[in-house]
Amino acid sequence: MNDDETDQIDRNRRHFLTVATAVTGLAGVGLVAVPFLSSLKPSARAQALGAPVEVSIGSMQPGEMVRVLWRGRLVFVLRRSEEMLARLADSEAELRDPDSEVVEQQPVYAANATRSVRPEFLIVEGSCTHLGCAPIEDFEVRPAEGWQGGFFCPCHGSKFDLAGRVYQGVPAPTNLRIPPHRFVRDDLVLIGQDTGAA
Amino acid sequence: MARIEAEVGKPKGGLMKWIDDRFPFTETLKYHATEYYASKNFNFWYVFGVLAFVVLAIQIVTGLFLTMNYKPSAAEAFASVEYIMRDVEWGWLIRYLHSTGASFFFIVVYLHMFRAMLYGSYKKPRELIWIIGMLIFFVLMAEAFAGYLLPWGQMSYWGAQVIISLFGAVPVVGEAIVELIRGDYSISDITLNRFFALHVIALPLALIGLVFVHIVALHEVGSNNPDGVEIKEHKGADGIPLDGIAFHPYHTSKDLVAIIIFLMIFSAVVFFAPDMGGYFLEHANFEPANLRATPEHIAPVWYFTPFYAILRAVPDKLWGAILMAGAVLLPVFLPWLDRSRVKSIRYRGWIYKLSLTTFAISFLILGWLGTQPADGVYVLAARIFSILYFAFFLLMPYYTAIDKTKPVPERVVYHG
Repeated sequence: MNDDETDQIDRNRRHFLTVATAVTGLAGVGLVAVPFLSSLKPSARAQALGAPVEVSIGSMQPGEMVRVLWRGRLVFVLRRSEEMLARLADSEAELRDPDSEVVEQQPVYAANATRSVRPEFLIVEGSCTHLGCAPIEDFEVRPAEGWQGGFFCPCHGSKFDLAGRVYQGVPAPTNLRIPPHRFVRDDLVLIGQDTGAA
Repeated sequence: MARIEAEVGKPKGGLMKWIDDRFPFTETLKYHATEYYASKNFNFWYVFGVLAFVVLAIQIVTGLFLTMNYKPSAAEAFASVEYIMRDVEWGWLIRYLHSTGASFFFIVVYLHMFRAMLYGSYKKPRELIWIIGMLIFFVLMAEAFAGYLLPWGQMSYWGAQVIISLFGAVPVVGEAIVELIRGDYSISDITLNRFFALHVIALPLALIGLVFVHIVALHEVGSNNPDGVEIKEHKGADGIPLDGIAFHPYHTSKDLVAIIIFLMIFSAVVFFAPDMGGYFLEHANFEPANLRATPEHIAPVWYFTPFYAILRAVPDKLWGAILMAGAVLLPVFLPWLDRSRVKSIRYRGWIYKLSLTTFAISFLILGWLGTQPADGVYVLAARIFSILYFAFFLLMPYYTAIDKTKPVPERVVYHG
């Protein structure tokens, strides 16, 4: 090797090789990241445990509420009395989304005045849309406080009516979510699935 | 005998020379300790860096012993913590050292950060030390949050529910992020398992790495001091700063006194008030996680409450999350927000003194408000003090520029 050869470094070629190596290396890192990031998603077992749950509603009295877990999430099943249903229209002016227009918050078949398939039965996720605390049921009507009965979140004070609709001026941005569900029999509801055979 | 004495008398030889030829042991020791010159006028505020290091050591050792008996599963976690408390010999002590250590970590780190604000330690040329320090603070917050889920008590579960839900406020991808954090459709065994992995492997490694870099950066530019004078600008004939004294043995022996006093206070809490009236260990967490009911009153541990109060002061989910994140992130920009020509509060004018005092009071009151229920006058107060908190940072470029400063002496001075 003489001096001439060492002086004549092809810088373009060197630059090309550096960039090509870096890009190939980064592509490799990106591909290797896929299995690691995918492993963070809900596993097959978690998905299987997230299967629908059956709730027997035959013996529920008007005004009675049961709490069930679907996918580890709390779901309220409330049998509303005639009187409770009648009250729904009273406070509509104070609600943020009285007509359930935010589509992600309920299946299409529950985007109605009572947010339900059968008006008697409210099936709603017991998870405040603000930061996920479990709201507390308070069905007593107290006109002096302007309280029509509904759900109250103990964490940050969000309020919802007897259809899980959020009041204005509270931190929760949307109505409580209605999970997919269907009535398998008159006395049995399946929560988590709304199509196919039971 | 005579031969051995002759060996010892040699300036450099034997084992030390053998090592130094292969690893810069003596050189490193000199650079970071025996010939690292820090200002001779350090005061009380300069002990918290060393104390943070002591707490880190306590947390690593006690954490290691806790993992030997703790079970990171939703079915067994709560019972395994009770097992440590009742059946493992001295298990109660190891756990209380760890839980008290978490709170003291934040006490010490908050005081360490306040010191930097008092004496302008974040200002040029120490901006990078400050930024690395803020990264340490963020990792520490994540570490504390992950650790708090592990006992699987009521507050562990619902506190995690609230904080993880915050990520759901991100538009469009929020729900996907939340699912990726939880690894499930709700906080479950899977979430607990991965938080354990983060708490014992990923975050401590990041913490130790950042602490190392923090110290390397500090020893490169040299420590600040209560006068905010650069001691390297006045060196003696030997090249040593005239106002500097060697870190070892001078500062180490002083720090030893601070460590002993610190451990006395720390032990008093561990032995006589490990739950600190519900502030260090929240009472609701003595109940196992119940997925069906949120505790009546939910609040994070005290060290997160100032930011939590800011979150609750905003009646909107997205804006609450943005302001909370902003409150945590804003201090990163202090080196550029502060336009004052002097570093130390000793030579600053009344505007900065008033602003820093207002900020400190706001931070403490927000911390208290974060533990109180979110209604009525508390929310109003949280709003007022949140505004003061943000004003301290956002108005800083203006008030530090117009604030009258006193002349800074050439050399460090002693006050009283």
